Amino acid sequence: MSETTTVARRPMFFRKLLNSVMWLLSVAGVALAVFCMLWILWSVIRNGAGVISLDFIFCGSKPAGEPDNGVGNAILGTIFITLMAVLIGVPAAFAGGIGLAIYGQNSKLGNLIRFSVNVMMGLPSILAGVFVYALLVVTTGHRSGLAGSLSLAIIMFPVVMRTTEDMILMVPAAVHESSLALGMTRARSVLCIVCRSIKGGLVTSILLAVARTAGETAPLLFTALWSDAWPWHYFTQPTANLPVLINEYATNSPSEEMHAMGWGAAFLITITLLLMNIVLRYICREKKNA
Amino acid sequence: MFYQFGKKENIRDRMFMILTLLCTFIPLVVAAGFFILLGGNSVEAFRTFGFKFILSTQWDPVQQLYGALPAITGTLVTTVIAVGIAAPLGFITALFLVNAPKWLGYPLSQALDLLAAIPSIIYGMWGLFVLAPVMQDYIQPFLADTLYLGKVPFFGEDYNGFGFLTAGLILALMILPYICAVMRDVFRMTPAPLQEAAYGIGCTSWEVASHIILRYGIRGIFGAVFIGLGRALGETMAVLFVIGGIAELPTSLFGSGTTIAATLANNFNEADGLLRSVLFALGLILMLLSLSVQAVAQLYLKNMDRKRGEK
Amino acid sequence: MLKQTLAVLAGALALSVSAADLTINGVGASFPAPVYRVWTYGFSNVNKDVRVNYQPLGSGAGINQIKSATANFGGTDKPLKIDELNKSGLLQFPMLSGGVVLIYNLPGVKTNQLKLDQAVLADIFLGKIKNWSDPRIAALNPGLRLPKLKITVVHRTDSSGTTYIFTDYLAKISKEWADKVGAGSDVKWPAGIGGSKNPGVCNMVRKSRGAIGYTEYTFATEYKLPVASLKNKDGKFVTADSEAFSAAAAHADWKADQGFYQMLTDQPGADSWPIVGVTYILIHRDQKNADAARAMLKYFNWCFTSGRASAAKMHYVPMPENVVKMIGDYWKNEITVNGQKNAL
Repeated sequence: MSETTTVARRPMFFRKLLNSVMWLLSVAGVALAVFCMLWILWSVIRNGAGVISLDFIFCGSKPAGEPDNGVGNAILGTIFITLMAVLIGVPAAFAGGIGLAIYGQNSKLGNLIRFSVNVMMGLPSILAGVFVYALLVVTTGHRSGLAGSLSLAIIMFPVVMRTTEDMILMVPAAVHESSLALGMTRARSVLCIVCRSIKGGLVTSILLAVARTAGETAPLLFTALWSDAWPWHYFTQPTANLPVLINEYATNSPSEEMHAMGWGAAFLITITLLLMNIVLRYICREKKNA
Repeated sequence: MFYQFGKKENIRDRMFMILTLLCTFIPLVVAAGFFILLGGNSVEAFRTFGFKFILSTQWDPVQQLYGALPAITGTLVTTVIAVGIAAPLGFITALFLVNAPKWLGYPLSQALDLLAAIPSIIYGMWGLFVLAPVMQDYIQPFLADTLYLGKVPFFGEDYNGFGFLTAGLILALMILPYICAVMRDVFRMTPAPLQEAAYGIGCTSWEVASHIILRYGIRGIFGAVFIGLGRALGETMAVLFVIGGIAELPTSLFGSGTTIAATLANNFNEADGLLRSVLFALGLILMLLSLSVQAVAQLYLKNMDRKRGEK
Repeated sequence: MLKQTLAVLAGALALSVSAADLTINGVGASFPAPVYRVWTYGFSNVNKDVRVNYQPLGSGAGINQIKSATANFGGTDKPLKIDELNKSGLLQFPMLSGGVVLIYNLPGVKTNQLKLDQAVLADIFLGKIKNWSDPRIAALNPGLRLPKLKITVVHRTDSSGTTYIFTDYLAKISKEWADKVGAGSDVKWPAGIGGSKNPGVCNMVRKSRGAIGYTEYTFATEYKLPVASLKNKDGKFVTADSEAFSAAAAHADWKADQGFYQMLTDQPGADSWPIVGVTYILIHRDQKNADAARAMLKYFNWCFTSGRASAAKMHYVPMPENVVKMIGDYWKNEITVNGQKNAL
């Protein structure tokens, strides 16, 4: 290679200097990235941690200036919306991942499906909101928590489907082959393997799906909207949820109290999601090591 | 087909298999649904303006005249800025993280990955309340006045903290973990003998990175860049508050504009009639954009997987 | 798994059915949304059996949803003309009014110190006056030291009733604005940058020197931003406050048989604030459910009486007493239940 020879001909001093400069730059790059992460976290903690109290977590949202003001309804609403999204999205995606692992190897259709799953994974989340708006809000005539769940389920689906397929394919071929040798059909053998790993796998999938979507705002703007009410009317009416509440409080409210509450809600959701991600990482690492 | 129903196969197995097979097709059904619903709802917009809609710069809600070009170019500009920053940054951070001792590299890469766990609305708030003032008071004056970049075309002398650069910076931070993760894979999959051979003939570690790894893993690196592009294209909440929100073609780096996602978030809830159809059309355009970017990314990454397989 | 899912679903459904005594759904304008939020909360505290929802999705949505009867009432900043009301079988009455003010960021210039008249205001927003040192601004503000700063116009980037009220005023005072731009909840702005929602505009004005923008008065006070004095139709300079807003509302000539149609921008009267908006409620003339109709009117009545204080606290202007009485008579005379008069 001609480039390599020119490199070799350059003076050693220059090459070492360039190397040190790039090394310094990469240290600076890492420092910058980590600094920005800490900066964001610090902003959230400094502005948000102060308002956290039992009232804040358990009382419903009210207009500014009312006593016992909180975001309890939004927390519960987010739990409802996310749980329902898991119920809609995860079982289907789990089954789909199993199907893809069994039937989809080395087939054109399987590759097409795998391709579309990968593409779906990168689809802008706001489009899920627009899609569900056209699908559910226009046809039923009202925004609802259910519509919000559906849009989150669409975002969860490809994530869970891919991890499920990968999980099954990770099982060594020898296990498959020995079960086939015992007279099991391929489907049976996959089923057994799935049944054995279903506990850990499903938990990981659900955690992953929740961690990925619980903080999504854009798809909920058009579907779940938000409300001061407790989310008992999840199926038929706009439903309180944390991300849209943060959006409203922090960027669409005149009063300082609301801004502080917006940061408080931001603190809650950020910390929860970070913890969830750390746990998830721990689980996955355990598995890799095992 | 691998599978044949035996005599002893019980019905539950068969049901389960049919069910999984059906679920396998959901992605295709959903994808078709996206096209049908977004396409169907945007018919009115395309019928009114024709396909010139895509190339038109007008946006006059009173006269009901709409064009998609400002939003499309704004989306592309923010995305290019974001990737332009995040791709080299991702490369050099990956270089450090892979070569650093494990006690340092591991926690740092975990910390970097956590950037992806922060919800986008938090980036948006941070951008609006923390970064935009810093941009206005320190970074933009430094770039424009101290470095005289304000005199360079496309930078712009007027700055107010908002605009394409601010949005691009936040996006860069958001896509950095995705890019960096793929880059780290690229570094790790470059065969060790190749790297060691290069070291053996006296290459410095930067030379190994820039001559060996970059070349060997160029497809994977392209894949990483396109993954980042795809993420940045449709990001809404992080951009919404700092982009400046005007439906005009971008004029400068410090200037304001809009993106497709921001236009949707700003107007969708209150829109009806023709405007709603226009917004659906913008959504369709965003979907096609992100689809093509994702497709390219998958192509590159698939090749990387194949390469890894050969190893 | 499936069984458990179904059980959870059934439980949630049962809950949602049992909790709904009587729900009144409203959809519409975002301009009064902060007050409506306080009102629905206050009302639900004293009337536990009725639940009022208001979704601020914009005037357009308010008009559409009341026409298609998917909501019990619609809110709009853009009043409908009496022909359209009659054609769709709707009644319309004003709920409350509020002022839109001009906020600015000029070093050394405090609130109410800056004076603007109609021509200068329009030309600033048309992008024709580009600098604060412009002689036309100086002529209006003798003795005020105006910095040599570029004017940055800040406007809303999302569609909103506030923009509709403001552009309606500009279209009334400037022929050029009416021809070139027009009035609407979102327009093609000739100049400036956009902020998301009211706080977005306030933040941008607060952050950038030389900026001028428009917002609802309550946001201007909460953000402690200086507010400009404006010349009104009578040629007097007025400062923005609740009295000036009420003066504009008081000078209006309310007519029930016209569906109270009124644009409160550019009203006569020496002490009238020129940019005041009214927000309206639309209901069906013929109500299908007597209980729901009664609960809804009870709610509106509560807003007109008990809700006055909270509206005033947020710098909105409640309807004058005589107008409230007119509205009460209007309800009594016009509303029918399944074709029956005097049924409520």
